[in-house]
Amino acid sequence: MNGVPVTAASRALYSCHTCGLLSRGADKGADMGGVVHCPRCSAELHFRKPDSVARSWALLIAAYIMYIPANLLPIMETSSLFGSQDDTIMSGVLYLWYSGSWDLALVVFVASIMVPLLKLIAMTLLLVSVQRRSVWQPLQRTKLYRVVEFVGRWSMLDIYVVTILAALVQIGSLATIKAGPAAVAFGAVVVLTMFSALQFDPRLIWDPLQKERPGHE
Amino acid sequence: MTASAPLIACHECDLLQREIALPPGEVVLCGRCGAELYRSAHSTLDKPLAFLLTAAVVLTVANVYPIVGLEIQGSGNATTLFGAAYALWHQGMPPIAVLVFLTTFLVPAVELAIMGYILLSLKYGRRPAGMTLLMRALQHVNPWGMLEVFMLGVIVALVKLTHYGTVIPDMALWAFGILTLLLAATASSFDIRDVWDRVEALPCREVDE
Ligand SMILES: [Zn+2]
Ligand SMILES: [Zn+2]
Repeated sequence: MNGVPVTAASRALYSCHTCGLLSRGADKGADMGGVVHCPRCSAELHFRKPDSVARSWALLIAAYIMYIPANLLPIMETSSLFGSQDDTIMSGVLYLWYSGSWDLALVVFVASIMVPLLKLIAMTLLLVSVQRRSVWQPLQRTKLYRVVEFVGRWSMLDIYVVTILAALVQIGSLATIKAGPAAVAFGAVVVLTMFSALQFDPRLIWDPLQKERPGHE
Repeated sequence: MTASAPLIACHECDLLQREIALPPGEVVLCGRCGAELYRSAHSTLDKPLAFLLTAAVVLTVANVYPIVGLEIQGSGNATTLFGAAYALWHQGMPPIAVLVFLTTFLVPAVELAIMGYILLSLKYGRRPAGMTLLMRALQHVNPWGMLEVFMLGVIVALVKLTHYGTVIPDMALWAFGILTLLLAATASSFDIRDVWDRVEALPCREVDE
């Protein structure tokens, strides 16, 4: 409230990831190789997640690449008496839409197409702003990060749908459903973006405020 | 700094704040970014334990019985969760089979086992062996439990299945629904901070190393 916000790192205090204890870190001597440990739970302590931005970027770029086959390749291959049919995620949505389940079509569209794409864009925005040490709207950016963390898992929806269908629709020549190659790419997108978000340290959003303020006074 | 109340750092923006005493059921949010700092401790361990043990039973039921059956022109077919993962594996999709198995069975099972072990140890006044390792494992596996997403996936699949034949919802479908709620209840009553406070408060504390 009064002037410069005081963070734990600015007072050389570590906040433990595992148990939450605030400490200066137990000095266990040279045998620990300069690594600081928590006096309560002995977990390794860092002021910020190590190499957060670089790791987060690497995982995010990999996710961008996998997003392309995930949407272009078939996620479900149906073969029946009347021939075979390959469905991409989008054609699956259209199928639900035209068969009258517009509500589920919307759910699948949001969970499988919108959410992954918005997550990729949101993570890019967060990483770029942190790298540029932006002081723009830290609260809104923190909220954006929380949204990314919260919605991440919901993109798994289509994988589960295909899992159930592929297990049940195996009636010999009548109809057979198989998971297509896009399932692997899509699973990779979900896993990679989740790892990217987990590597990101939201405290980096607030750190530039720390450095800016004293200069103004 | 002369400490009156203990300090706490926000895990999302690192702001230092003083702890305040809390009436039961209340939550303290960070003054700057609004992240949850801590919640008031539960008076007993019985509530999380009760949720947890029920969840373990329901998890077993959910994996023993089929989720849903499908009948096409007289020939029927039903699948359990394991059956579905197994089918994927043999259709040349081992990575997806593993992902499904991890997110819907292994992660919830491991979480329940770890929390159960910690809570039971504390209930009998013992410091759980390997506490740090277990708490860290819990934090790492937690984001990968996706039962609620799986539930929604099953519902979408049910709708699509009606196109092929008669859909017969089975025991495990309801079990998974209930399990989703139970896991949420267990997670919200298992408080990391409270658990560490209880470990610290134990009379004779053995050192981890
Ligand atoms: Zn610690
Ligand atoms: Zn905060």
